[in-house]
Amino acid sequence: MTKGIYLDNNATTMVDKQVVDEMIPYFTEQFGNPSSMHQFGDKVGKAMKTARAQVQNLIGAEFESEIVFTSCGTEADSTAILSALKAQPQRNEIITTVVEHPAVLSLCEYLEKDGYKVHYLKVNKKGQLDLEEYKSLLGPKTAIVSIMWANNETGTLFPVLEMAEMAHAAGVMFHTDAVQAVGKIPMDLKNSKIDMLSLSGHKLHAPKGIGVLYLKRGTRYRPLLRGGHQERGRRAGTENAASIIGLGMACEMAKKHMEYENSCVKAMRDRLQEGIMEEVSNCFVTGDPDNRLPNTLNIAFEFVEGEAILMLLNKMGIAASSGSACTSGSLEPSHVMLAMDIPFTAAHGSIRFSFSRYNTMDEVEEVIKAVPPIIEKLRKLSPYWGNGKPLENPEAAFAPTYS
Amino acid sequence: MWDYSETVKDHFYNPRNAGALEGANAVGDVGSISCGDALRLTLDVDPETEIIKDAGFQTFGCGSAIASSSALTEMVKGKTLDEALAISNQDIADFLEGLPPEKMHCSVMGREALQAAVANYRGEEWSDDHEEGALICKCFAIDAVMIEETIRANDLKTVEQVTHYTKAGGSCSSCHEGIEEILTNILAEKGESFDPDTPVTIDPAEEKAAPKKGKLTAVQRILKIEQVIAEVRPQIQADRGDIELVDVEDKKIFVKLSGACSGCQMATATLGGVQQRIIEELGEFVQVLPAELQAA
Repeated sequence: MTKGIYLDNNATTMVDKQVVDEMIPYFTEQFGNPSSMHQFGDKVGKAMKTARAQVQNLIGAEFESEIVFTSCGTEADSTAILSALKAQPQRNEIITTVVEHPAVLSLCEYLEKDGYKVHYLKVNKKGQLDLEEYKSLLGPKTAIVSIMWANNETGTLFPVLEMAEMAHAAGVMFHTDAVQAVGKIPMDLKNSKIDMLSLSGHKLHAPKGIGVLYLKRGTRYRPLLRGGHQERGRRAGTENAASIIGLGMACEMAKKHMEYENSCVKAMRDRLQEGIMEEVSNCFVTGDPDNRLPNTLNIAFEFVEGEAILMLLNKMGIAASSGSACTSGSLEPSHVMLAMDIPFTAAHGSIRFSFSRYNTMDEVEEVIKAVPPIIEKLRKLSPYWGNGKPLENPEAAFAPTYS
Repeated sequence: MWDYSETVKDHFYNPRNAGALEGANAVGDVGSISCGDALRLTLDVDPETEIIKDAGFQTFGCGSAIASSSALTEMVKGKTLDEALAISNQDIADFLEGLPPEKMHCSVMGREALQAAVANYRGEEWSDDHEEGALICKCFAIDAVMIEETIRANDLKTVEQVTHYTKAGGSCSSCHEGIEEILTNILAEKGESFDPDTPVTIDPAEEKAAPKKGKLTAVQRILKIEQVIAEVRPQIQADRGDIELVDVEDKKIFVKLSGACSGCQMATATLGGVQQRIIEELGEFVQVLPAELQAA
């Protein structure tokens, strides 16, 4: 592993050495087109069949033909939502949430311009949905429900199994963007009412540029890309064979490490949380701490700004990410933080630490030592801070012009 | 990851004059907590000479906000208030060896803090006339508010016009969808719809006044061209560039761009804007080209 402590695994993960080894021959000696009628293609086709079964096994799909390889999670999301609209032209409403990934949100906003009605479910301060509100919106005009399984920023889990049942009962198609959840929590899709699910390889130690749309058998479907007969005509374009084979291996390994993820990885995350909360005042965990991914910790540090924290962490070789406006060059902090009604003075200081099975407890202890002086240094510069604590009534004590 | 200069990093990792200044007699609070950048500038001003003896800052913000604040305090120390007020946001950015376009607003915040602090010292009310919108054109750091205001003020109808007036969209063109969206919304306010094929029409009244092609003598024509260039020069100089007329060969007008213009990606957009103005003035199609393209 490269030097440094990598705690940004919700952004992307290291490709596992074993995954790379599995892929290498498919760039060189096994270069054939899997559609070809000769030995060069045949071997690749067989390896892809194995990969499909490995993915199927990780997510608990009933049939291997339910796995459709795509170029990424975003493509899987777009394919799912646009397919539902195209296949059911009489239905013109979408239900989603305000905290989805831009892969879903931007598409929905774009569809609104074309006249589709999009219902955005709100969340409470813990990032939880109101299922009564959800139920009231399901109806004969709803083309699709698209709800993330786990939030990328806070790790908060949504009750997608229950929500899929509710959609099914109302005769509505259900899609979940599960790119953060696959490989971190057990799944058994064959015993669920989930019709479509998106996953992304690079979140689980496979390479970037490979994703999957799970498509339950019998779900009405219209492809996004038409052309050749690849993926049974459901996603045309010559297959990214090496990456598909890598993803298969990554899924097999994720399945093997599922227990480790939910015990040891979780223990590291919990220790980091405990260590930071003990040492740093005026900070809190965002989202729903009792109901989240085992690898994710999001802490909001009040009265300091996230990009500045990340730069100081980076100087010490620690990689994390932030929901501040500055890290993305936008005018507002993360939509997820704002949706949970977290004040600006804390939302800009939200930091996400996300683990993988390659982290160690020693690294955790190092981060616990590094964080408190960084926050202290920045708070000394902060106009909201004085004498080791926030100013009394800080937002009145410092109220700059134009806000 | 932002591409920060070494100077920005240095001022962030080792901020100068951090903290509130004891006994300050000028305080400027500016910024926006929703955007995540806010700054309190404190100055110690000599009442006799109006020289800034010392400066301090407290900043809630990102790396470049802290670096801009630190740079500002270094730049103003030893200056009189009037000298300090002459510092532009570009000066702050230059002091830091440049800022990414998304971060230029940090230097604007520094300059505004200075204005606010001086107003505070002089017992004046300082109000900000600056409204910031979402960044649309990343090549030239042009935000939505600037584009909207320019469209309204000049009754613009096409992306090309927006580029000529604001530079937005004049380089990589990735933001053209965003500009079209703004045009669509503003035109809708007037009950019009955006049409990408709108020909750039000259106002009928102006068209009447504008002399027809062939009616100008060669000298009159060149004088008109000179006049347009004289009109656009101050704007180009404000961007630290310069323009001069070199030659006119029938429909080809050769100009020399210098200063910050030379080698700048926006040169094409600038020439496009000048060309548009000259076409309107002469009432005929001409091409404005860099002098380097003139056959020797």
